[in-house]
Amino acid sequence: MTMYNLTTDQRVDKALADNFLRQATRRATDRLRNNKYKASDELGNWEEWRNAGETIRKHVIANLDFYLQQLIEQMEKRGVHVHLAKTPADAVGIVRNIVREHDAKSVLKSKSMISEEIHLNHALEEDGAAVVETDLGEYIIQIAGEPPSHIIVPAMHKTRQQVADLFEPIAGHALSSDTPTLTRFVRIQMREQFLRGDIGITGCNFAVANTGSIVMVTNEGNGRMVSTLPRVQITLMGMERIVPSFRELDIMLNLLARSATGQRLSSYTTILTPPKKSADSDGPEEYHLVILDHNRSEILGDKLFRTALNCIRCGACFNVCPVYRQLGGHAYGSVYSGPIGSVITPLLEKDWKKWGHLPYFSSLCGACTEGCPVRIPLHDLLVKLRMRKTQSGHTPQVEQQIFKAYRYLFTREKTLRRALRLGAHLQRPFVRNHRITGGPAPLSNWTKSRTLPMVAPKPFMQIWADLNNKR
Amino acid sequence: MKVSLFATCLTNAFYPEVDLTMAKILKHLGHTVDVPEGQVCCGQIAFNSGYVDDAREVARTLIDSFERSEVVVGPSGSCIAMIHHYYPTLFEKEPVYLKKAEDLIHKSYEFTQFVVDVLNKPDLGAHYKAKATYHPSCHATRLLGIGEAPLKLLQHVKGLELLPLPEAQLCCGFGGTFSVKMPKISEAMVAEKAEHVLTSGADILLGLDMGCLMNISGYLEKINKPVKTMHIIQLLGEGMKS
Repeated sequence: MTMYNLTTDQRVDKALADNFLRQATRRATDRLRNNKYKASDELGNWEEWRNAGETIRKHVIANLDFYLQQLIEQMEKRGVHVHLAKTPADAVGIVRNIVREHDAKSVLKSKSMISEEIHLNHALEEDGAAVVETDLGEYIIQIAGEPPSHIIVPAMHKTRQQVADLFEPIAGHALSSDTPTLTRFVRIQMREQFLRGDIGITGCNFAVANTGSIVMVTNEGNGRMVSTLPRVQITLMGMERIVPSFRELDIMLNLLARSATGQRLSSYTTILTPPKKSADSDGPEEYHLVILDHNRSEILGDKLFRTALNCIRCGACFNVCPVYRQLGGHAYGSVYSGPIGSVITPLLEKDWKKWGHLPYFSSLCGACTEGCPVRIPLHDLLVKLRMRKTQSGHTPQVEQQIFKAYRYLFTREKTLRRALRLGAHLQRPFVRNHRITGGPAPLSNWTKSRTLPMVAPKPFMQIWADLNNKR
Repeated sequence: MKVSLFATCLTNAFYPEVDLTMAKILKHLGHTVDVPEGQVCCGQIAFNSGYVDDAREVARTLIDSFERSEVVVGPSGSCIAMIHHYYPTLFEKEPVYLKKAEDLIHKSYEFTQFVVDVLNKPDLGAHYKAKATYHPSCHATRLLGIGEAPLKLLQHVKGLELLPLPEAQLCCGFGGTFSVKMPKISEAMVAEKAEHVLTSGADILLGLDMGCLMNISGYLEKINKPVKTMHIIQLLGEGMKS
């Protein structure tokens, strides 16, 4: 996980210097974004769909205790083992124990962001289990030893040639980088793995509370294999990932598929109501549901940030974000990147030292808020995070002083006039051709890549006063 | 109508001609113009950086200075959006100022919005022969919902050929303090914006927020590309002289 050892600045530099990554990211996000526009426009009343999505999510989050209880009752009634994990370490411990108990040698995984959030793979591998990511994108980054760069397209930053290079040592021979060759190679690998799997681990896009069903959407069908072949299955879910019933599920699946990839429905929507019944020909006999809290309860109780839990992990905010577009996901340093990652990571991890940079990975242009299918005011939440960081004293002293000075001057217009006149004098050493081209930091942060106009010899307020003979 | 100008802190200090031209245009349209004393800034720079208490005091000064105004007009979508969108939360615990903030919200407009939507004067009789493109600033577009107003003003300028700007919806990378706090990311963003401006084939880049224009023009100058940038107000002002 080399990205994690770099500083924020180093990660940004690395990303900006990587033209492959930047081109791949721009191309992929453009495609996803344009597909989304098509899929949302064709409904004719997308804004109403967004309203419905927002209403459902807000209702679920406001009544989360009730729906969680209902889900758990439904599951336990049928013999599902439900585990509540307070922390990522708890969740890892629970999964580890299940794997040990069954002496599992091979663990198959379909895509799960929770497993990334709790850093599961590493722990299982330490115990000697072979962990196989069966989602193509996850498989690629597993081989590369990298975290995902996008929540729904984890290997977005890789080109076909880079993927072929990664696969070659496993294939033991040269591979051409065309898509059919690469997918055929993975398909053959996966077939064998699927048949060998002792335990299947899946994520969960939605859990239906009143029926106790788990809903997964995939585009490769791997989720379906992982949830039918192994005898034991573990599903990992964040505690907020609930819909009340199939009625709401219908709306949420539309919003998710259309926003994520521009599909009307994902290629595979798998609905499991576990465990396997005696008449079923396949499916897991033993089923574990691990529900992760990881400070979500705290976010739920925090009225400033509660809406962050409304997210359905579609990735639409990534695909319209001009910052993500330039950097890709790794520069953020977090498992969840993009606008929603910048919002939830500091809230989940509660560590300003490590994650305090994230709320500033945004120009506050509002494209994320506009793109969100459940109307999370993402850029407002980023400002609120900056506010919380400031109020808890975690911003630099210099910055605090600058804003004290700002407050003093910008509440005293006449004093500001004098300050501006002084500025007009002080700028002289840095002026070339009527532009400021140098200067000390933080001014130099601007002038390194841009010219700055001169402070006008007379500010407008003075010009106006002079014109009207006022002082 | 008696119109009070909101000379934003940026134009006041760096581009006084934008404020001055705005006053001239409004006078030309037959309105009385005043510039209430004491006004400085909407407070956005502190607010967006998380310094809410500092932002509130700056906002309070602005609210006070426009207390007796009938209508307030400013040359920036971003500053007006700050008032409209964030003053209610800024003063949520102060009923007296919340009321005053709401008054200001109801009577304040961005310039193009005011001229087109309120005064219904999309044709100012301006002539300006040039090929131009228009950057729709994020806050004006996404927070104030300004879409057509600036375009209507520009479509009525005789001689002006308006060319489409590719990927126009992308932020230019200014973002206020973002540009100095995250300078490398900001530079990458403005570099892409400049690339699209150059692709458009325009000789002039137009906009309604000097922050964004200062950013884009600063970058274009640094890389020696001769695309001129102008606030719509500046172009209209020039065009109305002839």
